[in-house]
Amino acid sequence: MSELSQAFRAAFSLLVQRDPALLEIVTLSLQVSGMATVLASLVGLPLGGWVAVARFPGRRLAVVLLNALMGLPPVVVGLLVYLLLSRSGPAGTLGWLFTPQAMVIAQVVLITPIVAALTRQVVEDLWQEYAEQLRSLGVSAVRAIPTLLWDGRYSLSITLLAGFGRAIAEVGAVIIVGGNIAHVTRVMTTAIALETSRGDLALALGLGIVLLLLSLLVNAAAQLLSDVARRAEG
Amino acid sequence: MSTSILPLELDDLGYTVRGNTILRGITVRLEAGLRTVVLGPNGAGKSVLLRLAHGLLAPSQGAVRWLGEGAAHARRRQTMVFEHSVLLRRSVAANVDYALRVHGVRRGRRRALVARGLARTGLADLAGRNARVLSAGEQQRLALARAWALEPEVLFLDEPTAALDPAAARAVESLIESIADAGSKIIMTTHDLGQARRMADEILFIHNGRLVEHAPAARFFAEPRSREAAAFLQGELSW
Repeated sequence: MSELSQAFRAAFSLLVQRDPALLEIVTLSLQVSGMATVLASLVGLPLGGWVAVARFPGRRLAVVLLNALMGLPPVVVGLLVYLLLSRSGPAGTLGWLFTPQAMVIAQVVLITPIVAALTRQVVEDLWQEYAEQLRSLGVSAVRAIPTLLWDGRYSLSITLLAGFGRAIAEVGAVIIVGGNIAHVTRVMTTAIALETSRGDLALALGLGIVLLLLSLLVNAAAQLLSDVARRAEG
Repeated sequence: MSTSILPLELDDLGYTVRGNTILRGITVRLEAGLRTVVLGPNGAGKSVLLRLAHGLLAPSQGAVRWLGEGAAHARRRQTMVFEHSVLLRRSVAANVDYALRVHGVRRGRRRALVARGLARTGLADLAGRNARVLSAGEQQRLALARAWALEPEVLFLDEPTAALDPAAARAVESLIESIADAGSKIIMTTHDLGQARRMADEILFIHNGRLVEHAPAARFFAEPRSREAAAFLQGELSW
């Protein structure tokens, strides 16, 4: 018990003193997952919007597939990206394995389906409501996608937060492609895993607290946004 | 102004959904100028007729034909205002601007057109307001402002006042008249006899999915030729 409370005290003092090692890890985590979210939304928002309004053979299958991909196991994604980036892999010449870039790629692969699948749902619901009106105004289905994305902006930002939350909390993919190298590819989740196994509970707990606070923050932001959405959308 | 897309010909038009015949055998030719009111009890098929004519639904039988010389541009020269119009989640002014942008009006011209569109529908003071929080009457006026900004040759209106209180409904009616006077052909549905009397030049009376009468408004109201129309005018028609 005393060991635990000691660890908590040490963790808080790391936080309060803004320990440089801790800050470095937190910053890299935010950078990697933030970049992954930006890239995933560049692909996922238009893709989800397109699947929502397009009519093509096999569309239902595409929706099922997209929804299934939301549950991609991070370690499998890590393995695939590892194979892609390894020396002998198709993108081996980039030399990106065990770099933050590799971690970004892995997280993009992991959360793009989440962003796309949730976007598909949001946009399809909106399209139900908007289709006749937009067609009457002379808007094609493809032209409607940016309109629907913009009009669904509050719900969609919750989607992006969900993607970010998933990215920053996962450990399996980044540990495989990043390698958890100190000062280079060590992020919060991989550091927690390492420090716990090494017995440095203070740093692990400190990072765990930051991760929890971030998750709290993301969810509070999502709640706030959905309140704003409800008010704005009348 | 380019060449007209009118007249509009509906040729043996029918619509069936899952074995239910909603409309059948509608043949009529609608000319420019006249304000056409599609009249009939609820469930007669008026809204479906309007959607078929506007191209939102594909007919099960028959055809919709624009016979004017400008028919190739028919798609862009018509628009519709719905009973519950969908306004975009942006400002009042942005809603009008959006329609103009979609129709390829250059940015430089849009500003003046938006201002004029809001002024002539009495919405200028609400330009910056979120369109979704307007009252029902204001929302419908904005839908009209947006449609009017496109200067459509044909404006379809599906029960445009059914969801409004009497004062808001009269405001919408007078706007529709202004739009007609400015040169758009009006084709609207209503189940409101008073509104049909006030607004129609000609009546299409629909009952049970069939076109029962097509007549000048004055003649229709003075001496309906069909039993169904006579009953509807006396407020006896059940549905």
